[in-house]
Amino acid sequence: MAVYSDTVMDHFKNPRNVGEIEDADGIGEVGNPVCGDMMTFHIKVDDNRISDVKFKTFGCGAAIAVSSIVSEMAMNKTLDEVRKITPGQVAEELGGLPKNKHHCSNLGAQALNKAVDDYLRKQGIEVETQEGGNGEDE
Amino acid sequence: MQVYLDNASGTKVLPEVLDYMTPFMREHYGNPQSMHSWGDYAREAMDEARDRVAQLIGGHAEEIIFTSSGTESNNMAIKGLARAQEPKGRHIVISAIEHFSVMHSAKTMQKLGFDVTQVPVDRYGMVDPDEVARSIRKDTVLVSVMHANGEVGTIQPIQEIAKVVKDAGVVFHTDAVATAGTIPVNVNEIGVDALSLAGNQMYGPRGSGALWVRDGVRIIPFLDGGVQEGGKRAGTEDVPAIVGLSKASELAVSNIRFRMEQQSKLRDILIRELPKRIDHVVLTGHPSNRLPGNASFCIEFIEGEAMLMFLSEEGIAVSSGSACTSKALKASHVLTAMGIAPEIAQGSLLFTMGLDNTEADISYALDTLPPIVDRLRQMSPLYSKFQKEQKGGR
Repeated sequence: MAVYSDTVMDHFKNPRNVGEIEDADGIGEVGNPVCGDMMTFHIKVDDNRISDVKFKTFGCGAAIAVSSIVSEMAMNKTLDEVRKITPGQVAEELGGLPKNKHHCSNLGAQALNKAVDDYLRKQGIEVETQEGGNGEDE
Repeated sequence: MQVYLDNASGTKVLPEVLDYMTPFMREHYGNPQSMHSWGDYAREAMDEARDRVAQLIGGHAEEIIFTSSGTESNNMAIKGLARAQEPKGRHIVISAIEHFSVMHSAKTMQKLGFDVTQVPVDRYGMVDPDEVARSIRKDTVLVSVMHANGEVGTIQPIQEIAKVVKDAGVVFHTDAVATAGTIPVNVNEIGVDALSLAGNQMYGPRGSGALWVRDGVRIIPFLDGGVQEGGKRAGTEDVPAIVGLSKASELAVSNIRFRMEQQSKLRDILIRELPKRIDHVVLTGHPSNRLPGNASFCIEFIEGEAMLMFLSEEGIAVSSGSACTSKALKASHVLTAMGIAPEIAQGSLLFTMGLDNTEADISYALDTLPPIVDRLRQMSPLYSKFQKEQKGGR
């Protein structure tokens, strides 16, 4: 059996929403090249909803697929809904991830949350930094 | 197009090797220890095999211990040679870029109370013989430095290393899994006391290996049981694997010059052309003292596993030492020991050529990789940062 599911391979080969948004309302960055993966998420927010999302990722196939599916999951969702996206859901949407790649799904949810934090801060709203995104699932 | 450029992970089994092995599974299945004609046949074949494997490395037949793999040979060497000399001392010296079968065996000995010194390497992955000399103490009982590293291709100044170890009167082992059958290896020219080799890097079967131990050097058996392999490695002999290894050795001896020439040619094309087609590429390993079929690079701003997967989609098989590619999510200890920055090591990509590869294969790889690199760089936040900095700098 292949290491990655068909969905992972699809998102890896044809990642959705790659890029940056020039006048983004919020930017989230997680990871660093030293530990292997790095993701940046740019979001546009309209009426408390994500109206556009773009990502860039330095990392393995799983990291790219995670970023892509997270961007899809976030699109047109309210900020509250976005907050509720868990790493577990991300992995599930991808048809599962190998055990040693679960941290990639954490990173995806974290990066998106950081972008939301950034947006809220820019609106003058106090936010506590959510270190683990929606909690580590390992 | 299907192009296999991952020969360091395992070569194919040559048809001559397979044909030579098959009768030992079908008809000549006797146990070499048996005193009947079936046993005689297997024993004679094994004796002949021992001769041929010994010839590959210039040793004597009775000094060859057949094992199941390079890993077993290395385990047996490190643990068995060190333990045999325990009364003399409990210090082992290895290099920082050894295969895990040496590294982790040394770690096990550490848990048993031995001291282990790791000799560093330079940025090309070279061990300095003087460093080895400096690391040897009064209680040093074993030094093990690999002949060449399969991951970055660097060939060590093994004779000079052997000389300083010998001058200190210490037992010297070398892991020659990447070199035996690939480049000329002669135990007497090198001046080693023990040497590991394996079949699956020289077109022999997996599950075949040997440890050569110079006559007179003591070693504690790794597997206890019967009297096989002179009592040094118990267990019913895997005759098909053993004769397969011997056939592969015989073919290597007669074809080694041709193989080296063919593979160096392909390697040199890759090393010359790749940086012309992709910018920000670093060649890893030594520029000239390297294995014939090894071209290893780090491609900046992107990660190795992602490149490997896209290449695989295009029918090209390679490997990578990136953290993401490894199950343990750790960057290759070899690249790390060479002082390559972690973010650069993440872009590791290793091409290893074999007998079946042609110039057309290399051209295909050279045409296929650049668009993949481009695509991944367009996706990479590191690359966009780099580009912005470039613009800002001007």
